[in-house]
Amino acid sequence: MFPAREHREYPHRYRLEAGKCKKCGKIFFPHRLICSECGHREFEKVILPDTGKLLTFSVIRVAPSQFVDQAPYAIGIAELTNGVRLLAQVADCDVDSLKVGMEVRIEFRRIQTDGHAGVLSYGYKFVPKWY
Amino acid sequence: MRDVAVVGIGINKWGELWEKSFRDIYVEAALAAINDAGVDHLDSMIIGCMSGGLFVGQEHLGSLMADYLGQKHLAASRVESACASGGLAFRHAFIEVASGISDIVMAAGVEKMTDVSGDGATYALATAADQEYEVFHGATFPGLYALMATAHMHKYGTTRDMLSAVAVKNHFNGSMNPFAQYPFKVTKEEVNDSVMVASPLRILDCSPITDGAAAVILTTVDIAKKLGKPIIKVIGSGHATDSIALHQRPDITTLKATTVAAEKAFKMANKKITDINFAEVHDCFTIAEIIVTESLGIFPAGKGGEAALKGETGLEGRFPINTSGGLKSKGHPVGATGVAQIVEVVKQLRGTAENGRQLKKQPKIGMAQNMGGSGGSTLVHILEVA
Ligand SMILES: [Zn+2]
Repeated sequence: MFPAREHREYPHRYRLEAGKCKKCGKIFFPHRLICSECGHREFEKVILPDTGKLLTFSVIRVAPSQFVDQAPYAIGIAELTNGVRLLAQVADCDVDSLKVGMEVRIEFRRIQTDGHAGVLSYGYKFVPKWY
Repeated sequence: MRDVAVVGIGINKWGELWEKSFRDIYVEAALAAINDAGVDHLDSMIIGCMSGGLFVGQEHLGSLMADYLGQKHLAASRVESACASGGLAFRHAFIEVASGISDIVMAAGVEKMTDVSGDGATYALATAADQEYEVFHGATFPGLYALMATAHMHKYGTTRDMLSAVAVKNHFNGSMNPFAQYPFKVTKEEVNDSVMVASPLRILDCSPITDGAAAVILTTVDIAKKLGKPIIKVIGSGHATDSIALHQRPDITTLKATTVAAEKAFKMANKKITDINFAEVHDCFTIAEIIVTESLGIFPAGKGGEAALKGETGLEGRFPINTSGGLKSKGHPVGATGVAQIVEVVKQLRGTAENGRQLKKQPKIGMAQNMGGSGGSTLVHILEVA
């Protein structure tokens, strides 16, 4: 992760800003310049809901260097209450107790630290809802 | 469009080739293909390579490889589509010959993956995923296929033993392939007990990190006849893409780009899946082979695992898959894989697959499916003995 790349993603990742197609209503996260469903080019900004259900998950045991300290950690794809799907880590959980269909909430967390530039990267993680 | 045939194939022994250079492994495979075809020149060359830049710090492969292959001023270009780069090189060579722009074209793939550390290789491979919305969050390639596996198991009841059956079968086939990186058999117990990488995928569910190259020579059927080679015609070519991020697809238990690419290839060939005798498919992970066999329509959705477990995809089964050993046993030098699949299909169609893995009922039509990333792009080719 490099500083410029981080800055560009701030609005999306920090505030869960998505784009809703003004013609067909499909919501894109991150935002796009053209709708892949209907080809329309105008969008309104919408904020994603912060709850959803886990569609699938995996516990990563062989991790890339930026994530070695966190291993084993879980990643998952969740479908939010408005149908948008995200991939993120599942934090604050017993990785052996995860289940497809479990409810999760989105929380703002530190994601990784870049080894060379030392850039701290923040974003969203899923947390099982009862924590 | 002119009729196109594959007249030469070349591959070298794959593995951790620390004593050989990137350019040398490419030239070895290319020379083998030139010798096999018996051609006296090439009109052009398409090189499939996923990431010369990240693996060995080398781009501009058209110039480098043409020079080291002794082909002064040859038209040579490199194409990239992650792990489907080899399949894409083959498609471009096919288009070039079919269109009449060139008569004799080499499609070759190469990757040198062991000159970087394990973490360096993980980083390079991860560039085939969505960097900012998948890799950023800690997703690895085994992790992405693991997400598909968990979903497939949940939806269809696919089991650990079904995944293991794919690995056992591919290593059995690969044990008879003299070019394979891991030409040894594995047992179900060894797969089931191997180290967990990204649950539910274990190390023996994963294809290895490999150095290797493969090359084929395409020409017109008319020239092929003059060369006196068996005529193996390319009758179908399909190419399709899907969203790069797995989470943006409506259904992650199927591979839509594979289905669409296959439909395009079938349409061009005027064939259907039941006309195909065998296939080489992209088994970068055991779950990938199961989902691919479903997405190609060989088995109904959710039945691919059961078919593998029952031996339907074995050498004696009703639809043999990965007679070469697949990526799992033969190795997976990402840019070379798609071309090596064509090498195996041609060997089977010529009746020359080594050491008893040749299909007994001499096949007439074979297929190759080569996939990039977590299925974000796919190439499908159909070849027939004329
Ligand atoms: Zn739209």
